[in-house]
Amino acid sequence: MSARTRELGLLTLVGLITATGFASVYIARQNEISSGSLSYAGFFFALYLVAHLVARLTVPDADPYLLPMAALLTALGLTEIYRLNPTDALRQGLWVVIGVGCFALTLVALRHDFRRLESYKYLFGLSALALLFMPALPKIGRTVNGARLWVHFGSLQFQPGELGKIAMIVFLAAYLHSKQEVLALGRLKDFGPLLAIWGCAMLVLVATHDLGSALLFFGIFLAILYLATGRLLYVGVGLTLFLVGAAGVYETTAHVRSRVTIWLHPWTTQRLPCHTPHGIELMTRQQCESYQLVKSLYSIAQGGFFGTGWGKGTFALPNGNNLIPDLNTDFIFSALAQELGLVGIAALLLVLMLFVVRGFRVALQVDDGFSKLLAAGLTFGFTLQTFIIIGGILRIIPLTGITLPFISYGGSSVVANFILLAGLLLVSQRANEAR
Amino acid sequence: MNARIRLAALASLTMLVALIAASTYWQAWAAPDLANKSDNAIRQVSEFTIDRGRIFSADGTTLAKNRITHAGGRTYYFRRYPLGSLTAAAVGYTTQTKSRAGLESSANDYLTGADQSLAGAIRQIGDRLLGSTIHGSDIYTSLDLEAQRIATQALGSNCGAAIAIEPSTGRILALVTKPTYNPNDIEGHYDRVLKIRSSSCSPASPLLDRATQGLYPPGSSFKVVTAAAALDTGRFTPSSIFHDPGYCIEYGQHVNNFTNLDQSGPEAYGTLTLATGFQNSVNSVFCNIGMTLHMPTLMNYARRFGFDQTPSIDLPSNALAISGLYKGKRLLSPSEEDKQGDPGRTAFGQDKLLVTPLQMAMVAATVANNGTLMQPHLVDRVRRSDGSIVRIKPQSLGRAIKPETAMELTQMMESVVTGGTGTEAAIPGVKVAGKTGTAENGTGQPNTTWFISFAPADAPRVAVAVVLQNQTGVGGTTAAPIARQIMQAILTKTANSNS
Repeated sequence: MSARTRELGLLTLVGLITATGFASVYIARQNEISSGSLSYAGFFFALYLVAHLVARLTVPDADPYLLPMAALLTALGLTEIYRLNPTDALRQGLWVVIGVGCFALTLVALRHDFRRLESYKYLFGLSALALLFMPALPKIGRTVNGARLWVHFGSLQFQPGELGKIAMIVFLAAYLHSKQEVLALGRLKDFGPLLAIWGCAMLVLVATHDLGSALLFFGIFLAILYLATGRLLYVGVGLTLFLVGAAGVYETTAHVRSRVTIWLHPWTTQRLPCHTPHGIELMTRQQCESYQLVKSLYSIAQGGFFGTGWGKGTFALPNGNNLIPDLNTDFIFSALAQELGLVGIAALLLVLMLFVVRGFRVALQVDDGFSKLLAAGLTFGFTLQTFIIIGGILRIIPLTGITLPFISYGGSSVVANFILLAGLLLVSQRANEAR
Repeated sequence: MNARIRLAALASLTMLVALIAASTYWQAWAAPDLANKSDNAIRQVSEFTIDRGRIFSADGTTLAKNRITHAGGRTYYFRRYPLGSLTAAAVGYTTQTKSRAGLESSANDYLTGADQSLAGAIRQIGDRLLGSTIHGSDIYTSLDLEAQRIATQALGSNCGAAIAIEPSTGRILALVTKPTYNPNDIEGHYDRVLKIRSSSCSPASPLLDRATQGLYPPGSSFKVVTAAAALDTGRFTPSSIFHDPGYCIEYGQHVNNFTNLDQSGPEAYGTLTLATGFQNSVNSVFCNIGMTLHMPTLMNYARRFGFDQTPSIDLPSNALAISGLYKGKRLLSPSEEDKQGDPGRTAFGQDKLLVTPLQMAMVAATVANNGTLMQPHLVDRVRRSDGSIVRIKPQSLGRAIKPETAMELTQMMESVVTGGTGTEAAIPGVKVAGKTGTAENGTGQPNTTWFISFAPADAPRVAVAVVLQNQTGVGGTTAAPIARQIMQAILTKTANSNS
């Protein structure tokens, strides 16, 4: 069986799972939503059929598991978003269409040889920086929950950091590939670029107040640096520098300090001063700063082993007021955890693990340095982003507002991750056709 | 480079494994703890989709029922309390925003059907998968509404509490605290609860269940415990002779008897027996007993009646106070009791001693039940949604004193009502055993008054404790009449149902 035929079979399976998911939401909530919801699954399957056909034409020998797994993750996200708010799901559906469009465009544009990207590396580097700092610009940047991650043009909102991440990975893979021999020598003067990028990560942190993005970019950088040079010392020095810098920002930035306090002590018994729209009031921390994190943990705990079932979770008071803010973006994991339970979440994380394993397998199979760094960098970036957001929700690390790849509601995230997927398929095609 | 890629892959998979481990922690390990957090609105709201069990009085009157509401495509079962404030302290409330109290909290597992038998639990999983409504179990309490009403009326505008227990079983027949609140106001009209004031005490604390949570100096009502220790150890008999000059001498100082109402100075009885000292509540007699027995023996007997431990009762532990010796707000440990306790004053219920009405009712009920302490409880039986009935069996908490001691105490307590300080508790045609208490809170300060009793003394069917805050009178004139009315209400009813 050819790779693409296997892919088609798996996509059909994903289509069936999606149909089942929408059907359970429909059954559980039929007094609220129409049977039209069931057409989502059909629409979805058709969309992935298009993606499949483009892949069949452009990357016929590429890995057959990546696209179905991405489809499954997107379907899980879309079903949950639909269950939470059908209007958002419609918009998200449109973004998936655009995402698949970008996926197709990337494949078509780079189908002959994606390695020519290497010669535009500084363009990618500069775009990455521009995208990263865009939210910090005074007119278009916007602060949400204390962190500046968004830009808006009129009614269009966008998280440019998502695309910046891809551009950064392309730049780092190309740049470090060209410099890998020099860097491997480990001379002191070669620490220059390392320090420069560390400085950038710190600047991002200061400009956006977002520990998560800074950690993501710096983590990706260190991983690709290690992959290119093989020197763990760089990772050690880099992490130390990051911690020192983060400690400095912690001292000077109230928002970052508050995030750490929430992480360490979300529950208090005493009442503390809390800034509310009505002025400063005395409340416990779980009623104030850590409200969102604590409510999200309650949602996860409520799921237990088997979950409440799709459409049966509790996310709002009977009067319709939401109990957890930002549920469909940053906290979609908590919603899934309540409705699917530990069993569903473990399955979801296993799918993510398989995706990561296939991604690194592509990196192992391909034979040139740039392609290896690109595939491994994209996969590592995907993993680290997943870890930072879910780890934040589960209190492994301080919580920061970044999206869960393929699953969260949000256009920039969907588009960026489809481009990431296209990148992995392109590298995989190169690895497999060379055989 | 492949070795490095494998290491990066290993690091990535480790991160994802950590996420699975953390999910397991929150969804399996920490879930029960989080479910019980008072601000866990998700849990609370989701439990309103359960057809919560109803709560009934002993005669089957509905104390808590459901009001069905449809919102956001789901069916919610909200609570109504048809009798309002009458049984608020025992039944409590369950709300979305203010959590739970009373039986609504402590019996939540029954009411939400989480107590099911194996077959029931399997059927419930089936219900969940099919999305059918889960039905909770109904609770039948031991509360006697007539006694509850009489007690509420008798307490009137006082601040205080009354509790009645069936001595042979520990069933709680009445549990009243004043001032109280209307549980229907908690969800939507909490401001009304906050506005409750009382002319007899400030703050009014309507949410405080004074019967189980209020701590008061027991005064002479504690002499029942001291007398139990004195007789049960064999160190004294009811006819032991004492000499009363109007005071006892402890640590070289005079400890005076209770001051006569005519302010003529402390009463002095001269030579008298223990029984007479008990009948007239003579402090010096008990002061001397306390100094003879010393703190460890005295408190050891107190512990047999339930002091120094969280009462074993089916109400939420956050609404229960421990009776014992307090320094400020801290309960003293047994070794601290020995060092810091004053045996003479403790023996007549003053000094550091603070008790709950529930504890004093347990003392009276134990004497009534031949010296065996029964576990006090409110839940009589549970009717599961499949119609099966689970009866809650009475549990013994152990023998506090010998039956002979209980008999001698009963006779002494009867003499209090027939011709001592508690004559206002007398019921025509019924032998009543009781003990008054008037705790002084300092010169010029109002008293805390008590009456603990049981009846009929020869075949007890009810034991009662009544406490009143801020009284100018004494226990025999203020609390004893209230205790009498409660006992009468219960005895009349049991007499009728027996005939």
